[in-house]
Amino acid sequence: MDTDNYITIEQFCSYYNVPTSFFDRLNEYELVEIIEVETTPCVFKEHISDIEKLMRLHFDLNINMEGLDVVNKLLKRVENLQQEITTLNNRLSLYEDN
Amino acid sequence: MAFIDYYKILGVAKTASEKDIKKAYRKLARKYHPDVNPNDKEAEKKFKEINEAHEVLSNPANRKKYDEYGKDWQHAEQFEKAKQQRRQQHQGSSQRQYSGGFSEDDFSDFFESMFGGSSGRQQSRQNVKFRGQDFNAELQLTLNDVYTIHKRTLTVNDKNIRITIPAGIENGQVIKIKGHGGKGVNGGPSGDLYIKFLINNNTKFRRDKDNLYTDVEIDLYTAILGGEVTINTFDGKVKLKVKSETQNGTKVKLKGKGFPKYKKEGQFGDLFITYQIKMPTNLSAKEKELFKELQKLR
Repeated sequence: MDTDNYITIEQFCSYYNVPTSFFDRLNEYELVEIIEVETTPCVFKEHISDIEKLMRLHFDLNINMEGLDVVNKLLKRVENLQQEITTLNNRLSLYEDN
Repeated sequence: MAFIDYYKILGVAKTASEKDIKKAYRKLARKYHPDVNPNDKEAEKKFKEINEAHEVLSNPANRKKYDEYGKDWQHAEQFEKAKQQRRQQHQGSSQRQYSGGFSEDDFSDFFESMFGGSSGRQQSRQNVKFRGQDFNAELQLTLNDVYTIHKRTLTVNDKNIRITIPAGIENGQVIKIKGHGGKGVNGGPSGDLYIKFLINNNTKFRRDKDNLYTDVEIDLYTAILGGEVTINTFDGKVKLKVKSETQNGTKVKLKGKGFPKYKKEGQFGDLFITYQIKMPTNLSAKEKELFKELQKLR
């Protein structure tokens, strides 16, 4: 198995001490992309920090799956807006420097 | 080291019940949790404060000690005996504590002196390994610096990190250096280091992504009759032919003379120049006469 890019859900759950049902629920709400590698359910390693964030929001703040879905979408929107602001600020400096 | 009023931080009265404290804490934690306030240092600070306040006030032994000796924290040594007992009491506690992705040492000196730092914390999700906190840093460079691939050595937590900055990085762009953030909790992996680049443009070129813009002055006669001008591009001088009857504000594109494209080695944007026609001043009588003649011809 390509362990450079994937981590099995079983490994993840045992590492973080969370039930595998947590992933089933994340998957149900399309909050995580689960792929099967040699019939073993896995997640991309590059998604780990996003999953950790969802895990913290769920367990720390008692946010349910519906709430996670909303928070996640809004955070992504904030991130996109911040990037847009940076681009616009850079463009604005074209005129302000004059 | 100043006294910290944990009741004030949570916005509750000294007579507040455990339920009130829990409720106030949950409300503030939802508001200031770092995951819902990305890149907000104020929220992060506030979250640490409320976390610490909750650590003390949600635990009856800690709260009692705080209420009794809080303002006399200097006499912390007197509490040592009680601390030992408290440590034993904490074993097996399963009350949930908000992590926010922080490491165990995000507590004030006041807390450390009274409750002995992380050993005084209630353990939650025991044995759960958590990734360390992500660090955010800013690095200031000039536009000249980022025209070429640039190497820099940064010192983060007493460790030197040598980073290679690709040419063409943008102002405000953030890059991630994996594993150079805070240490993980309970043996979890280290967090990442995020570096935000602040590019100071000390050149006469204006930049929009990989395109550059500049104004070039040409004299009236070259503009009318045409000719040649030498202009400065970012990496040297270039001779340009000016068409006759060039209008003020005419824009010319110099393909491939712009800024390097990010992570596309050998590829460049374009340089856009705008001609600014410089009108002659202090005209002699002869010149004025000739201009009048020209005017009559129009």
